[in-house]
Amino acid sequence: MYTQAMDTLREEGGDKPPLRTAEEAQLQQRFDNRIDAGEFIEAKDWMPENYRKTLLRQISQHAHSEIVGMLPEGNWITRAPTLKRKAILLAKVQDEGGHGLYLYAAAETLGTSRDQMLDALHTGKAKYSSIFNYPTLTWADVGAIGWLVDGAAIMNQVPICRCSYAPYARAMVRICREESFHQRQGYDSLLVMMKEGTEAQRAMVQEAVNRWWWPCLMMFGPPDDQSPNSAQGMRWGIKRVSNDTLRQKFVDAAMQQAEVLGVSFPDPDLRWNEATGHWDYGKIDWSEFWRVVGGEGPCNRERLAARVKAWEEGKWVREAALAHARKSDLKEAA
Amino acid sequence: MSTENEWPLWEVFVRTKAGLDHKHCGSLHAADPKMALQMARDVYTRRQEGSSVWVVRSDQIVASDPGDKDMLFDPAEDKVYRHPTFYKLPDSVDHM
Repeated sequence: MYTQAMDTLREEGGDKPPLRTAEEAQLQQRFDNRIDAGEFIEAKDWMPENYRKTLLRQISQHAHSEIVGMLPEGNWITRAPTLKRKAILLAKVQDEGGHGLYLYAAAETLGTSRDQMLDALHTGKAKYSSIFNYPTLTWADVGAIGWLVDGAAIMNQVPICRCSYAPYARAMVRICREESFHQRQGYDSLLVMMKEGTEAQRAMVQEAVNRWWWPCLMMFGPPDDQSPNSAQGMRWGIKRVSNDTLRQKFVDAAMQQAEVLGVSFPDPDLRWNEATGHWDYGKIDWSEFWRVVGGEGPCNRERLAARVKAWEEGKWVREAALAHARKSDLKEAA
Repeated sequence: MSTENEWPLWEVFVRTKAGLDHKHCGSLHAADPKMALQMARDVYTRRQEGSSVWVVRSDQIVASDPGDKDMLFDPAEDKVYRHPTFYKLPDSVDHM
């Protein structure tokens, strides 16, 4: 999973800082031409400082999201109802760890270290997708995350496979290839409960869907007219499709899937619009989104504390492995 | 922030099946070669993508400078006679 339209964070400055030299202007011109021609930018190519900063922020936050995203589902590994579901969930959570690694590696090509990025996460300077600040209260939440959260993430991520920054695009291709299993396993697990389950299990699925629906719509980020950095992201080929377009695509796809599943979404304004050929949906509570992004979601503190604890308690392992490697090198040299 | 206590970076190359080349597929941090191989296995071949893995310390790779791209690769641009399609032969022997 799991990027969120991270252009929500408005600390980025203007798109074009004053250029200092004629040479720099020429580099900028060449860069713009390459972007216009649909070419890819590689790690060692010249790039504008804000392009680098924007990408670094987006990719590292995407990586953090993958890693923090392991927590809500990891919560259910020991309690999965069958050995089959446990094996599936383990594989999925392991995938998320791998996705985090691909993305950290892509971000490192922009000239920052893994430790710097982790430090930014642990000190709260870097964000991660707000969706992971919601709790997984029942087993149906695991299925709902697969179906809806991963579904929304896939919608978001597929266009990034064509991102102008090649290391990011390559990581995304790999991630998207692995991701569709995530959505399918979630839907499959909900389908089993809806078709073969008890009344209580069906109610549990509906209750989980009710809780995840609105936060999933928020994953696409604020409406287009309130996304000040979107235009720049589009210009740079970092963002390819607007927040609202992706959100609509997600709603349209989810409606059909919900019907097959036999669940509804908690929005009385959902109705088919003959004129647009899309499903209209109700107003999103953006104040909730900003509250959760700002640290006041149900699980923000718990998630961050879990990451910091894992990092601190793993310290001696990292140090011991490095000390062992250095000692072995010395022995070999002797 | 100091990075000297970070595990070194390795580049990972995977051969998908016997007979094919090893292909670069990504990188990872590991303390030593053995760990790098194990982690490469775990991260890059979770779905039977590989039958062999190479890991190489990233700082041991010598790479061409993107700034030298034109100087290095342009000279091949005007040597079309290096391609078989340059030679127009009669149809009867064109499968050569």
